[in-house]
Amino acid sequence: MAARNLPMREALRLALLEEMHRDERVFVMGEEVGVWQGTHRVTRGFIEEFGEKRVRDTPISEMVIGGAAVGAAMAGLRPVAEFMTINFAFLALDALINHAAKIHYMFDGMFTVPAVFRAATGWGDQATATHSHMPEPIFAHFPGMYVCSPSNSADAYGMLKASIRDDNPILFTESIGLYSHPGPMPEDESGDYVLPIGKGNVVQEGTDVSIFTYARGVEWAKRAARTLSEDGVSVEIVDLRWLRPLDTDIIFESFRKTNRAVIVEESLPMYSFGSELAAQIQEHCFDYMDAPIKRVSAADVPLPYSKYLELMALPDADKVVAAVKEII
Amino acid sequence: MARLNRETLVDWYRQMVLTREFEETCYQLYTEKRITGVYLHLYSGQEALGTGAIANMEIGKDHIITAYRDHGIALCLGMDPKNIMAEMMGRVDGSSGGKGGSMHLASRKHNFWGGYAIVGGHLPLAAGIALEAQYNETGAFVISFVGDGASNNGYFHESLNLAGVWDLPVIWIIVNNGFGMGTATDRAAGNVNLHERAIGYGIKDMGRVDGQDILAVYEKVNEAAQHVWSGKGSVLIEAITYRYRGHGVSDKQYDSAFAEELAEWKENKDPIVLFRRHLEDKYKDISGELDDIVAEQKKIVEEAVEFAENSPFPDTEEQLYANVYVE
Repeated sequence: MAARNLPMREALRLALLEEMHRDERVFVMGEEVGVWQGTHRVTRGFIEEFGEKRVRDTPISEMVIGGAAVGAAMAGLRPVAEFMTINFAFLALDALINHAAKIHYMFDGMFTVPAVFRAATGWGDQATATHSHMPEPIFAHFPGMYVCSPSNSADAYGMLKASIRDDNPILFTESIGLYSHPGPMPEDESGDYVLPIGKGNVVQEGTDVSIFTYARGVEWAKRAARTLSEDGVSVEIVDLRWLRPLDTDIIFESFRKTNRAVIVEESLPMYSFGSELAAQIQEHCFDYMDAPIKRVSAADVPLPYSKYLELMALPDADKVVAAVKEII
Repeated sequence: MARLNRETLVDWYRQMVLTREFEETCYQLYTEKRITGVYLHLYSGQEALGTGAIANMEIGKDHIITAYRDHGIALCLGMDPKNIMAEMMGRVDGSSGGKGGSMHLASRKHNFWGGYAIVGGHLPLAAGIALEAQYNETGAFVISFVGDGASNNGYFHESLNLAGVWDLPVIWIIVNNGFGMGTATDRAAGNVNLHERAIGYGIKDMGRVDGQDILAVYEKVNEAAQHVWSGKGSVLIEAITYRYRGHGVSDKQYDSAFAEELAEWKENKDPIVLFRRHLEDKYKDISGELDDIVAEQKKIVEEAVEFAENSPFPDTEEQLYANVYVE
């Protein structure tokens, strides 16, 4: 039987719904998750199904959304807290970084924080400077929290289940641009399709160059690979899925095969996913390096509103193709 | 609920004296560089508040969380002074394995969810812990101490508002010791009647309590617990108290700038002196017993110091990387 196709938002919704049925301790909290049915419709129908106890609308109060989820998790619940968008999670940086990520270590393992913080992420649609970020690397900077962002429906489903079941705090970001994007769901319909935390995925094997990316970058990489294959260039695409834990094994193995790398990130270039991967590759694979490592990132500006300026600032498949051609 | 018989009252006295002995010893150890961490916020002067509030808790059922001035809370709850002192010194036998230090004491067994060092950072945690109590219908409440300084930041607003919206079982106690670090309360708060902020959140304003009077504190928090147990949600209490060792012991300017004010509090409002006077009025034969208690607490603290100094420092890679994540 062919696997079902679902848009990513529905895959996320299904994972969350099943986990709430599986474990009474799991509940959702956040702005507009209940009566409004979820800003991105991931919690559509939840308040009718689970009631207000487990589907908790909050005031527009990101500091307490973050911090109360930490406290509830410490005390034994398994909150899935939603930040409507990652831009608003900046207001909760202290709760996430100083509390969620540090409490397990600071008290030497006495407490655990099994909380999932979901947030829509990404650029585009002329959302303008303050609503246009993909800042996962900021959060992945700090030990103590895991950070991930899926690129497709099946991964979204398996990664969210894994996150809810894990005992560590996890920032789970969801590209707004992928919510409506349909994709095949896993064949496994047991309800226990759980992807391992910190494992990347070779989306496409190739021999000439490795593209390392995650989330929406995977789509750009695939389109670029199709174009490049017309010129006889064989591209390997690695979807890291997790910024922390970072699957360095899969990176090094791929690079040692292709000897060339392009890193594609929707986020900004300075102190970034790309910087980190480039540093890791040169430290561990120096003898395998046949060309400089290239990075395709968003432009180093606050995102402008106007349509063409915005397109100039964002990465896309053409920019990935151009970067590959520079090192082939 | 604790019954206010002689045994209970004497135990409160013991807790307060233990805390004072412990804190003044910490001060000494700090000046001798035997406690080396830069931050050390002592509870001296505020003993009646912790002791009187905690006396209302069913330890292990009810919850408590506080800011960085946390030693007195840990001691009143019954944590072993040896492990607390070892934590001060960053030793392996410290209550947080030496990884937390003075500001991050905690005890899972006592539902003491920790001392926290970001001003206001623990307030949403208190809300979340209270949510668990409500969610699982445990009948427990949370005592959350709040510095007067913290009552001016965003965490306070968001946490107390959420507690109001969700009727969370939290007893919020503002510890108004007159200063947020070095800034006097009236220079930092638009309305110095901090308890009145409860009105804005739809929670019960329980007014002020004399934080130096342990009996008053006990009764106020008891009344608060009755309110919370009745399912009516949070309350806010403002306790007026004073800190004897400044914001932190490294703040030398404090002693001279506020010398007169400090002397006044020590002279006339010391919580231990006041309570001892009360006990001696009530029980004419008690002085010897109280003297013995003081001597015992000194010995307990001496033993804690000895224990801590004999505990090794964590110094391996394994210890450094342990407990970053749950494996």
